[in-house]
Amino acid sequence: MVRPPHKGAVEGAGPSRDRGPREAVIDPPQSVLGHVNMRHIISLLLENEAGALSRVSGLFSARGYNIESLTVAPTEDPTLSRMTIVTTGSDDVIEQITKQLNKLVDVVKVVDLSDGEHIERELMLVKVRASGKDREEMKRMAEIFRGRIIDVTDKSYTIELTGTGTKLDAFINALERGTILETVRTGASGIGRGDRVLKI
Amino acid sequence: MEMTAPGVMSQVELTGAEIAIRCLQEEGVEFVFGYPGGAILPVYDEMFKQDKVKHILVRHEQAAVHGADGYARCTEKVGVVMVTSGPGLTNAVTGIATAYMDSIPLVIISGQVPTAAIGQDAFQEVDTVGITRPCVKHNFLVKDVKDLALTIKKAFYIAKTGRPGPVLVDIPKDVQQAKALFHYPEQVSLRSYNPVVRGHAGQIKKAIQLLMQAKRPMIYTGGGVILAGASGELTELVRTFGFPCTNTLMGLGGYPGTDPLFMGMLGMHGTYEANMAMQHCDVLLAVGARFDDRVIGNPKHFNQEQRQIIHIDVDPSSISKRVKVDIPIVGDVKDVLQEMIRQVAAMRERPDPEAVKAWWEQIELWRGRDCLKYDRASAIIKPQMVIEKLYEVTQGDLYLTSDVGQHQMWAAQFYKFDKPRRWLNSGGLGTMGVGLPYALGAKLAHPEADVACVTGEASILMCIQELSTAKQYRLPVKVVNLNNRYMGMVRQWQQFFHGNRYSESYMDALPDFVKLAESFGHVGMRIENPADIEPALKEAFSRKDDLVFMDFVTDQTENAFPMVPGGKGLSEMILV
Repeated sequence: MVRPPHKGAVEGAGPSRDRGPREAVIDPPQSVLGHVNMRHIISLLLENEAGALSRVSGLFSARGYNIESLTVAPTEDPTLSRMTIVTTGSDDVIEQITKQLNKLVDVVKVVDLSDGEHIERELMLVKVRASGKDREEMKRMAEIFRGRIIDVTDKSYTIELTGTGTKLDAFINALERGTILETVRTGASGIGRGDRVLKI
Repeated sequence: MEMTAPGVMSQVELTGAEIAIRCLQEEGVEFVFGYPGGAILPVYDEMFKQDKVKHILVRHEQAAVHGADGYARCTEKVGVVMVTSGPGLTNAVTGIATAYMDSIPLVIISGQVPTAAIGQDAFQEVDTVGITRPCVKHNFLVKDVKDLALTIKKAFYIAKTGRPGPVLVDIPKDVQQAKALFHYPEQVSLRSYNPVVRGHAGQIKKAIQLLMQAKRPMIYTGGGVILAGASGELTELVRTFGFPCTNTLMGLGGYPGTDPLFMGMLGMHGTYEANMAMQHCDVLLAVGARFDDRVIGNPKHFNQEQRQIIHIDVDPSSISKRVKVDIPIVGDVKDVLQEMIRQVAAMRERPDPEAVKAWWEQIELWRGRDCLKYDRASAIIKPQMVIEKLYEVTQGDLYLTSDVGQHQMWAAQFYKFDKPRRWLNSGGLGTMGVGLPYALGAKLAHPEADVACVTGEASILMCIQELSTAKQYRLPVKVVNLNNRYMGMVRQWQQFFHGNRYSESYMDALPDFVKLAESFGHVGMRIENPADIEPALKEAFSRKDDLVFMDFVTDQTENAFPMVPGGKGLSEMILV
């Protein structure tokens, strides 16, 4: 998947100026854009049972809905899993997606986080070439983006970076393509801001 | 996560197979439709040792599901199916998908290879839960015998509540053989599954106000009314308002078919008056229906006319799916209609009589178009006449099943259903072959009643082997075969939309149906003359103990009219 390059890369990096999540989802008035495909981040609680994930992913493929990313893991209550799905669609499609998800017997709760203020974070691990003059430059780049070097060899670094998807994109774009050996991203996890809580 | 209420408990450990049968007994299951095989043998062994639950041995697993489905459609009960793993299950998939599309409550119990063999490509192994996932309401793989009873309890609960549907329980053979204490709870509730029952009172009030202001009202109802057992409430509400009412193919019998307020079926082969009224109404009350493509045709064309829509449905995802709705009411149809009746009774306000009268005058003009007319003087048997005579001979008191195609449409158009659960057909999936097994299920449920299956020579051959099941269990249903030597609906589409090129739709090398019926131990009749239709039907229905297969040789060129071509609007019908 190709993500658009992010212009304000460096400004968005520091924690004190982290406006990432609010920038990432800007919902125009619905009346204007009812049929425009918007990015939505949907959170759900579901029974932590075998097959629950395939019911959700099967629903998306059977009904032709998009999945940009999907992450899932058990919660503090081991009988429940929390899933975050990033998808795109018109208001009508998103309404159907949430209704269809609610209809699944294993799904306990569904919330479209994009309906309100929320935070989203993604983790990326990047293995980069780090030899010769690149070695110092890489370390500096990682620092600028508040990344951490978590593994070192004489030729490479592995950098851990968290942030919004756009921040991770920005880091990738800031690196010279040839220096990237490998990347792995988790997809977004989301949570409501302030007192918004998704709990049973 | 579930909560349970105490129920039946055993003092000694039972095998999984015993538990499965005990569960069915506790649920009060009368019939299990099934077919044994290796991975389900322990359960069949327990079936053998008891006589509370009666097993109906079909000749193909597809028919087992259709049989249970037919049984469920004409009762308010859950149909139960038992099949083995692998091919037993894959054969059942068509039946399961058929029931799923029409929201019919079923519990399917399938054998599975032992847990240790799962994933090893064992003999007769398939990923049952994976294969059926998109066509069930829910499914389970039971890995521990301790979970078995509760899982079956959940399966029945999920199948029959909310929007009903099939639920499958896959039981590996070693789980059938392992032992556990049997505990069948009286009740179960799930934190992740809470279907809405009560409709929102404020929405109901708004809906009634809108109906009171309607100038050109229309009431359109579907299978949800039948499933909710809400025909009585619907009839009362429609008569209180005096508004026109139409039913979908699945909704026939929800409102009395002989009532003057009834407009006939709507949709692709609906009546002219129903489709025109649907298109031109200003307030539409949709009850337990889902605006599907065979009902409203092209949604863009449907939306060209300004109208306000009230939609009552137990499934929120059916609302505003294809058509935007102004007043959605999520709830059990029966509950919501009762509340509407209560509120209307407490009001003095009534709809504008002048406007409604003018609307009825318009509707009568549309009715005058006589859209179902056909050549009654034909020397060749017209299929429509067979259905009309069937209605006369049975005086409307019949459980009627059909297969899929032209004959299904003629049956829906020409047989008048005054009661719910009398008309059994595959509306959603459109599965050829359902007619005969549906009829067997209906006859088992209502042994004293007359049951007939209207079919075509193509459809009937898809489950013809069930004539053998009918013989074994002495199920004297009547088969009305409208034999035009073509897959009639396919031929009709080829005539209209594919330049008369009848590609592979001619049924060459048909069997002699009279001899075929006789070979199964039944009575066969061949009827070639219009004058013989009525006497043949009378004779067939007088033979109370015989399955009579009536092979009517009908006009090959007859088409089902009116017809809304695919992608067209409701008011763009092809008429006779």
